Amino acid sequence: MGERPEIRSQIPQCFQEIILRLQNYWAEQGCAVLQPYDMEVGAGTFHPATTLRALGTKAWAAAYVQPSRRPTDGRYGENPNRLQHYYQYQVIIKPSPPDLQELYLGSLRAIGIDDALHDIRFVEDDWESPTLGAWGLGWEVWCDGMEVSQFTYFQQVGGHDCRPVSGELTYGLERLAMYVLGVDHVMDMPFNAPDARIPLTYGDVFRQTEQEYSRHNFDGADTEKLFQHFKDAEAECQRLLGFDPVDPKLGNRANIMVHPAYDQCIKASHLFNLLDARGVISVTERQAYIGRVRALAKLCADAFVQTEAGGA
Amino acid sequence: MADLLIELFSEEIPARMQANATDALKKLMTDGLVEAGLTYAHAASFATPRRLTLAVQGLSENSPRLVEERRGPKVGAPDQAIEGFLRGAGVTRDALEIRDDKKGQVYFARVVTEGRAAPVIVAEVLERVIRNFPWPKSMRWGSGALRWVRPLQSILCILTTEAGAEVVSLDVDGIASGNQTRGHRFMAPDAFSVTSFEDYAAKLKRAFVLLDPTERADHIWNEARQMAFAAGLELVEDRGLLAEVAGLVEWPVVLMGRIEDRFLDLPPEVLQTSMKEHQKFFSVRDPKSGQIVAFVTVANRETVDQGATILAGNQKVLAARLSDAKFFWDNDLRVVLEAGLEGMGAGLRDVTFHNKLGSQADRIARIEALAREIAPLVGADADQAALAARVAKADLRSEMVGEFPELQGLMGSYYARAAGLHEDVARACVEHYQPLGPSDSVPSAPVSVAVALADKLDTLTGFWAIDEKPTGSKDPFALRRAALGVIRLVLGNRLRFSLRDNLARGQFSNLGAVATERDIIDLPENWQSATTDDLLAFFHDRLKVHLRDQGIRHDVIDACLAMPGNDDLTLLVKRAGALSAFLKAADGENLLQGFKRANNILTQAEAKDGVEYSFGPDPKLAETDEERALFTALDQAEAAIRPAMQAEDFGTAMAAMAALRAPIDAFFEAVQINAENQIIRRNRLNLLHRIRETCLQVADLTRVEG
Repeated sequence: MGERPEIRSQIPQCFQEIILRLQNYWAEQGCAVLQPYDMEVGAGTFHPATTLRALGTKAWAAAYVQPSRRPTDGRYGENPNRLQHYYQYQVIIKPSPPDLQELYLGSLRAIGIDDALHDIRFVEDDWESPTLGAWGLGWEVWCDGMEVSQFTYFQQVGGHDCRPVSGELTYGLERLAMYVLGVDHVMDMPFNAPDARIPLTYGDVFRQTEQEYSRHNFDGADTEKLFQHFKDAEAECQRLLGFDPVDPKLGNRANIMVHPAYDQCIKASHLFNLLDARGVISVTERQAYIGRVRALAKLCADAFVQTEAGGA
Repeated sequence: MADLLIELFSEEIPARMQANATDALKKLMTDGLVEAGLTYAHAASFATPRRLTLAVQGLSENSPRLVEERRGPKVGAPDQAIEGFLRGAGVTRDALEIRDDKKGQVYFARVVTEGRAAPVIVAEVLERVIRNFPWPKSMRWGSGALRWVRPLQSILCILTTEAGAEVVSLDVDGIASGNQTRGHRFMAPDAFSVTSFEDYAAKLKRAFVLLDPTERADHIWNEARQMAFAAGLELVEDRGLLAEVAGLVEWPVVLMGRIEDRFLDLPPEVLQTSMKEHQKFFSVRDPKSGQIVAFVTVANRETVDQGATILAGNQKVLAARLSDAKFFWDNDLRVVLEAGLEGMGAGLRDVTFHNKLGSQADRIARIEALAREIAPLVGADADQAALAARVAKADLRSEMVGEFPELQGLMGSYYARAAGLHEDVARACVEHYQPLGPSDSVPSAPVSVAVALADKLDTLTGFWAIDEKPTGSKDPFALRRAALGVIRLVLGNRLRFSLRDNLARGQFSNLGAVATERDIIDLPENWQSATTDDLLAFFHDRLKVHLRDQGIRHDVIDACLAMPGNDDLTLLVKRAGALSAFLKAADGENLLQGFKRANNILTQAEAKDGVEYSFGPDPKLAETDEERALFTALDQAEAAIRPAMQAEDFGTAMAAMAALRAPIDAFFEAVQINAENQIIRRNRLNLLHRIRETCLQVADLTRVEG
């Protein structure tokens, strides 16, 4: 048995082990390990723990897995790399610490990427989210030519300058795991340990849902209703933020309903993505819809900075 | 004398910004130092992904002490004025001197600026440069307000003299200067101190950092070429990629890998584009087959396994990418075989070209109709040109072009061949976009030319019709490029037709039909001719720029633009070229001076008399030999000019005109134009008119300067 045990323990065995190691690593670095946000979002950035907490002056450090949905990326579970539902691992630290790059490299070591053997590179890639009115500068991180993470210093969110600046890390978990585990097709990837009593692959968990949702996203979703839901979410977001900030039930203290309003913004954003996948939004209308979601994000950001968590 | 070394160490600087930043650091620092009174012998700057470095040699150690006299207000001026002067000059009242001036007694101040030590100046200038650095995009980080391209981590700044190295002390928002730097991020991450530029560069090399981007690029290029050569292959040159890759690594390690056989039937352009855009790989070609069979990637480190893990990883990523490309290619081919190339483009109905100009399909229908009209003018088969126009943009709906937009046209030509279309049609798919810029090649195959012209003219007339013209630096629809494209297509193929009559009319009615039918554009009554005039003027402006770049003077172009038929661009340029060449030759002066002398006198007389002297002169009324000689010379010249003009041989015509100078000069010497006899005078003026008419056949010489 020529295998060295320490090397063996360094390489994770399955998808969930990579997630667990990231959770442990970032917990050790002092992040609050949060749970996924309970709504449909396009990316981990939409979690209020990132979008809203990047605003204002209060220090913040959080890490979490976020299931993310990109309806147009549905491939009925057949494409080896593309999914309409996938996982992102998200880390946000405010203010961005001076050694954030080193901390990030530590997380790669934690999941078995040994930088003495691999070629890790920070390649320019600026991040922009037109729907969130947000942008930042940073890189995509390459490991042997593959993009394994997005690394961003937030400059603006919801039209507000970020002061202090948050450092944000996003790992595309499936792709990263496939690389670490040496798997060619995402559906073949071991989800739990291959020697578990009931070993499950990613396909065992998600192949059927990818098929169902692909059909739903491209053919099934009722576009009339989606358009109506979009309008409802938009109106509800605006209505909630239109309340008098003072809450009489709290003895006349301020109590702005930012998070409930932001939920509606998230909803509008996902509905737009679904409509886009159904192909019923023309190129010119597209910009207008993005602008409407951005307007909601901006309203929420304006409101959040007037709250305690927003540093008011 | 001292040597200055500065290093601004940061997180990874985007490759594309490094060269400009290197130049800016050198210029801003040396300008600042010189402005502050220092001198230097030599400066050089460098960049790696993590550092900007400047080395200045032979820097003076002090700025000189300066004494300056300043004239102040008059004695007895209001106190406020005097106080202001004192503040400005930085002296006290008792240091002022009173001198006599033309206007009375005036205060003078002697302002002494003490010399300052180099470290003080360097610190001041460097801080200013850091705070105002011209990054195309910069950012804040942490809790700070300082901006840099990515977080700035440390500042190295030392002055080295015979006495040794000394840190120039400065502090920029909490980043204190020092004499330390770091090596390679992974291979030598520890800090070390340096004492001079030579020491710095040498220690960096030991710490796995090649400071000079040129050295990195050369290393990559040589290694890659040798590696390819050793395998019996050749590297595909790509200077832009080389510069970019050299900006992504501090310690380049070149690795070569093979492309799996299953991908080798993809078009070479697809392989190349995919590898370059996504992976920043160089392509390696088999010189025997011309196929792309391997790639070169550049890693940023050495490893114990000689890069085996890195290469395997890259190969795997490439395989995933190329699987995608192959998937697109196979799907596209299936669509083309099932539905034809037109079928592939069917979805263009749903793609808006411009909300006032309809869908891409509407646009293609216009281009097709126009290509059919243009075809006979360029020697193309009309049906072939119409077919080519119909399918040339179909690949915009292909999956491959969706993934790689830069392959538009090229994929169309592959798919056209797959669909069994004529080679001329296939070629038009890629060539109808050309020329893409002033240096791009101009197609010459007639079908390609017809579609290329139709495409560009449709774009121009369309945007003119909806009044979306370029203004100043704004040209969002690249209309200047389209106009230059038409010009180059016409000139490059020596095409002869009237832009106004033969093209604009057909095109405009066609566009008008589409527009009226869809009721999109509200067109004014005279839109057609007014818009054509304006568009033609735009063409003439672009042509002037084009000809000026070829050394033809603006007045020469104006002289030719004033002639009839100026919408026949080939004729126009032929004329301008001949006139320009003629004016540069010895006879040019003769042509111009002979004409101008006759024309000036005639114009003055016409202005004075209020008539135009355009009756033919009568040789019988000639009084002198010189006058008769001029008649003869004109007869001879005209006999030579007429056939030359017919043959558009402007050079010969102008030579005949230039030969008139001697008889014209002799005529003016011998003859008084303003003779007392009014009949004689009129006849002489009519003679001058004949000279003018003769010379104006070639160009409006009144517009030529000199």
